[in-house]
Amino acid sequence: MPERQEQIVISGVGVITCFGVGIELLWDAMIEGRTGLKRIERFDPSGFSSQIAGELPEDDFKVRKIVPKSHRKATKVMCRDTELAVGAAADAVKSAGLTTAATSDEPPTIAPDRVGCHIGAGLISAEVNELGAALVTSKKEDGTFDLAHWGAEGMQNLTPLWLLKYLPNMLACHVTIVHNSQGPSNTITCCEASSGLSIAESRRVIRRGDADACLSGGAEDRVNPLALYRQHCTGRLVDSDGSGDMSALITPFANDASGTAIGEGGGILIVEANSSCTKRGGSPWCTIDGVGCRQSFTNSPLDADPGALASATNKALVEANCDASEIDVIVPLGSGIKQLDDAEREGLTVVFGDRLPTIPTITTIPYTGNCMAGNGAIALSVAAKSIKEQQIPARLGATETDGIDAGRYESTQMRINKVLVISPSEGGQCVAIVLGKVQA
Amino acid sequence: MTRVVITGMGWITPLGNNLETVWKRMCNSESAIATIDRFDASSFPTTFAGQVRDFDWKEYVKDALVHNEPAMNSQFALGAARQAWDQSGLGECKDLDLERAGIYLGAGEGVLDFSAHSMIDTHSWDVEDGKINAVAWAEFAREKLDEWGEVEQEPNMSLWHVAKEYGLQGPAFNCLTACAASTQAIGEAVSVLQAGDADVMLSGGTHTMLHALGITGFNRLTALSTFNGDPKKASKPFSKDRGGFVMGEGSGMLVLETLEHALARGATPLAEIVGFGSSADAYRITDLHPEGRGPAAAIRNALSQANIDPTATIEGKPPVQYISAHGTSTQENDSIETKAIKLVFGDNAPNVPVSSIKSMMGHLIAAAGSVELITCVMSIQTGMLAPTINLDNPDPELDLDYVPNVARKAEVDCCVSNSFGFGGQNNTLVVRRYEP
Repeated sequence: MPERQEQIVISGVGVITCFGVGIELLWDAMIEGRTGLKRIERFDPSGFSSQIAGELPEDDFKVRKIVPKSHRKATKVMCRDTELAVGAAADAVKSAGLTTAATSDEPPTIAPDRVGCHIGAGLISAEVNELGAALVTSKKEDGTFDLAHWGAEGMQNLTPLWLLKYLPNMLACHVTIVHNSQGPSNTITCCEASSGLSIAESRRVIRRGDADACLSGGAEDRVNPLALYRQHCTGRLVDSDGSGDMSALITPFANDASGTAIGEGGGILIVEANSSCTKRGGSPWCTIDGVGCRQSFTNSPLDADPGALASATNKALVEANCDASEIDVIVPLGSGIKQLDDAEREGLTVVFGDRLPTIPTITTIPYTGNCMAGNGAIALSVAAKSIKEQQIPARLGATETDGIDAGRYESTQMRINKVLVISPSEGGQCVAIVLGKVQA
Repeated sequence: MTRVVITGMGWITPLGNNLETVWKRMCNSESAIATIDRFDASSFPTTFAGQVRDFDWKEYVKDALVHNEPAMNSQFALGAARQAWDQSGLGECKDLDLERAGIYLGAGEGVLDFSAHSMIDTHSWDVEDGKINAVAWAEFAREKLDEWGEVEQEPNMSLWHVAKEYGLQGPAFNCLTACAASTQAIGEAVSVLQAGDADVMLSGGTHTMLHALGITGFNRLTALSTFNGDPKKASKPFSKDRGGFVMGEGSGMLVLETLEHALARGATPLAEIVGFGSSADAYRITDLHPEGRGPAAAIRNALSQANIDPTATIEGKPPVQYISAHGTSTQENDSIETKAIKLVFGDNAPNVPVSSIKSMMGHLIAAAGSVELITCVMSIQTGMLAPTINLDNPDPELDLDYVPNVARKAEVDCCVSNSFGFGGQNNTLVVRRYEP
């Protein structure tokens, strides 16, 4: 598997967040400093102490409208996570100017077997209404659940393809079918690091010669009772009933940061060999200059290790042939979870030293909520947009933060050549990616 | 190109919990399939499975307290990883750079507490609204669900446990591509090593879906065998009367190293991984492409990376001496896989032995590929091919050499291991006898 050491670029960006489909909707909100967090509407969240989310109203996004007619029937077996991925992929393909099986009957821009697909996914939580409707048929008169009845009859009330809705690789499955991408396909399941690790894998797959381009990123929906409960179990969520100033609720890197909020969304980026992009007349958003991946060595899978974050960052910088002094902007996870924020700050301090407080950061979670497997793709998309626009969006959160430039701030124009995007994750995986401005 | 070798292997399977026992039982054509006793499945359409037995994960870790309460999939992973790590001798390697020792797993999710979830969902069901009362649901969830158990559901938790046990701090990935996951993990781990990002990668898979909701899901798909009368005869890959796969569970783990690193520390390479191919069917969510397009591409790509021409002969013999089939015992898989092998190997196809160990231990889902790769290495080492048991009534449409019912002596230098998953995931590895 010889590696091609050629430049890898991001040639298309597709994003889906609580603001809707497309980077522009998210970007506009971030320029204006307008959060998308609000009280959950999809179900009554009153039973939870964290009742807010970055929620995309179901009426604002109908996956049936964006898939080819031939795939419309299959949307019935898409869970929300898959819908989000399919939506982001369609947006990415459009952004990159690619012709695929989904866009027209014309021959595809890139041969199907040269297009890979790496989509980070989460532990997809079953829809409790769907499962509950079947389970309740096996409820005995005394209120207990009758497993014998379930095995013999009750399970027949579940749709036959029920399981296929919830396999994590169904995000990539649907995307590869819709766009007829037949190259290597993988599903990374590493919580918040999933998207970044997917980008890393796409880059590696292209460099080893197994693809020319990949649909790459991640998506996840946490806005359902089971997924919300599972996040409650981590003790990471902020308490809120949705009243008050939502733009000040998630405060990354603040000394009194009190937790994060769930979200739904993600992004798909077109990761492409520069030679392929050039050959087809594409316009890269930015280059992927370096990647570093490390595993935390901690006493709990919920904690991040500053050393691992620093090591991942240093690896990415070395690959990018870039000194720490050349990084203009940092996009950390910035979740508002104090332990993770502290680990990120400590790790970044190891790399950037006294300069860290002078490097502006971009934090997305106060806008979108923590979209877990989709979060990194959102962060990378915003980073790519920042490079393209030579602008950093406004920051929400705390008024001040110690040791890192992450407090509330207005959007500003600035020269941006290199952006570092990093993410720790639940489970301990850390990923760092250096993006660069395309040089004329 | 950087050469990558296997220096350690371990597995926890329905046939046993160490290399020697499992291999011996496979070569004796034994079946581990039996009635499920982990929950009462007596009313389910399928009442049997390949279940791991006599296994205590605490015997495989230095300090059980470090791991809190790992989910069963993570327990299996810790058991298999211990065997692989110990065989590799890395525990004695004092100057191992842990930042260059990574991990790439194809691990499934933790075990869902069906008893608690069914109680919560049914008790919070609002009959009038025809849906869950979310407020009541939350209240019952807090009361009935084990919080840590829900955290352990995340598919990357096995990775955390194994990495923690050995201090691995290098590149870390978990993938979950259904039944193809661990083959894909191993292939990508090789790629990480070849890219120069690590010296050592612990890789493999772990999974159990042997719980009421897992069996429910596959029963509803009609993917599972319902041959309840004689469980040991239920998994019958390539048979005319094959009727679905049999659920298994377990873990397979391998220590992969660059050859340079392995030799520098005096390790003994067990075999060399020389090819990896991956493809997506991009066809339908429920069906394989009828021509075997995706599986053929994966096999072809893997052989191409290994610089092997599958249609060539060496002294009159095929260049591959064994194929560990995905061989699930479903009508569709076995038929399409056979077609794909014939497409790739051409006239050589009838002369390459193909077998499915799922006939003996069931389908280990995400872990299947790693266990099957270990089987390939065992074949190279011992000169034996594991059989496809229960092949008493061959499908006349399937005309390859499936090593029926009895293990066979064979000179094996090069093997292909196939894994194909729901969703059109196709992954193939090529492993060869190590030659300096």
